[in-house]
Amino acid sequence: MTTIRIENASRWFGNVVAINDVSVTIGPGITGLLGPNGAGKSTLIHMMGGFLPPSAGAVTLDGEPIWRNEAVYRHIGLVPEREGMYDYLTGAEFVRANAELHGLPDPDTAARAALATVEMEHAADRNIVTYSKGMRQRVKMASALVHEPSVLLLDEPFNGMDPRQRMQLMDLLRRMGEQGRTVLFSSHILEEVEQLASHIEVIVAGRHAASGDFRTIRRLMTDRPHRYLVRSSDDRVLAAALIADPSTTGIHFDTEEDGLRIEAADFPRFTTQLPRLAREHGVRLLSVSPSDESLESVFSYLVSA
Amino acid sequence: MYHHTVARLTLRALLGRRRALFLLVLPALLIAIALAVRLVTGADDRAAGEILGGFALAVMVPLIGVIAGTGAIAPEIDDGSIVYLLAKPLKRHTIILTKLWVAIGVTLSFTVVPTLLAGFILNGNSQQIASAYALAAAVASVAYSAVFLLLGTVSRNAVVHGLIYALVWESLFGSLVPGARALSIQQWALALAERVAAPGANITSEVGLPAALILLTAATAAGTWYAARRLRALTLASEG
Repeated sequence: MTTIRIENASRWFGNVVAINDVSVTIGPGITGLLGPNGAGKSTLIHMMGGFLPPSAGAVTLDGEPIWRNEAVYRHIGLVPEREGMYDYLTGAEFVRANAELHGLPDPDTAARAALATVEMEHAADRNIVTYSKGMRQRVKMASALVHEPSVLLLDEPFNGMDPRQRMQLMDLLRRMGEQGRTVLFSSHILEEVEQLASHIEVIVAGRHAASGDFRTIRRLMTDRPHRYLVRSSDDRVLAAALIADPSTTGIHFDTEEDGLRIEAADFPRFTTQLPRLAREHGVRLLSVSPSDESLESVFSYLVSA
Repeated sequence: MYHHTVARLTLRALLGRRRALFLLVLPALLIAIALAVRLVTGADDRAAGEILGGFALAVMVPLIGVIAGTGAIAPEIDDGSIVYLLAKPLKRHTIILTKLWVAIGVTLSFTVVPTLLAGFILNGNSQQIASAYALAAAVASVAYSAVFLLLGTVSRNAVVHGLIYALVWESLFGSLVPGARALSIQQWALALAERVAAPGANITSEVGLPAALILLTAATAAGTWYAARRLRALTLASEG
């Protein structure tokens, strides 16, 4: 049972603040680190992996500082996002080298077991350079697991994986979590995190925006006001009907787009009311498009909330 | 002080791929020149001194030093694979020292042996010219390896900067500008060659032997120490 504690940690690069006063505790089980690209997820993982010192605050593993403490790597398995990984070795040689670097007494057996865990025995004797993205990811996993670490840190592990590889990796991570390991992975895709993580930490623009299980996060995300651009056969009639309904909190005539900009507070009700009201008033809906569904805007709402 | 796996990975990176070819080209050229000169002019001490001093020590040794020294670490830092060494319970100075041993070993094998061989072809080691330059190549190999290994941890364009140093500073300034000559690994190595060769061999150095030894040791030690420090503070380029 291992716990990583981040206490009031900040990290800046020159004038740029990448992580701003974040306090998070990561315990056993699977934790998802969710946030848009550039939010500081990698920076945070690098601090937890001992590759960056916090500019302020502390990052510790069971009370021990992680920065400049090579001994913590006996407990940490790191799956980096970058692809560089000694392409001239075979998968088996690569994992074995990692076992040797950890000083394991029987590197051969450990490497074989790790490759079996990620189901890569069949390609273990091929050079890494010939591997597909998903195979590389699995061999990276094997190299991170070879010393049976109690903490597993994965930076965007699902990037570029096809659905089948994604399922395999999710199963594997679930097993790791059930074994009582502390598993942390980052992602910018809510659905990914939701499927896997029992606990989610949301990072936006370097700040800790939210924390909880996926229901909490989902609710925070769907409860925000939704904005739509709607074009219809009679915008004014539709606007009058909508504003009379409590699901709608604001309507603006956008002359440039020639449509209505609608802000809906009650998302589920709005989606049923819009077509019904249109039909009742004999208005034809020409287009309905959400105008702020980008992840960034969802996240920025979370931060301001 | 040494880790076998780090050494094996470094050696495979250095001798695999295209680097091995680069490492072989210059020694092959040196031997070819030596054979040609011997066949055309016969055994000639002056020619031997000029070829070993002007090509082997001034060009071949620093260039091979650049390839082996920077190649022992820079590509791993570039593509991020160094993370697999760093995320291990290994002391950083063990990683650097192991890489230094490998770089030295490779530089030595690709410089000392061909220099000695070329010297014997040129004049049969008359006036100890071949052994003098082979010794100079050996000590220079050690210092270059350390300096270029450091460069590999400091610069994103280590090979380019290494080539500029090797070619512009060591070869050009080192041979032409008096002030720069005293601050060149080539000259320090020549101080040892001067001592070994017979007086008639006409090998001279800008610096005396004690100064040369101190400077060689200091450059090697300082380079290694600072490279280990750089590796300790190495932060991975963050993508977001």
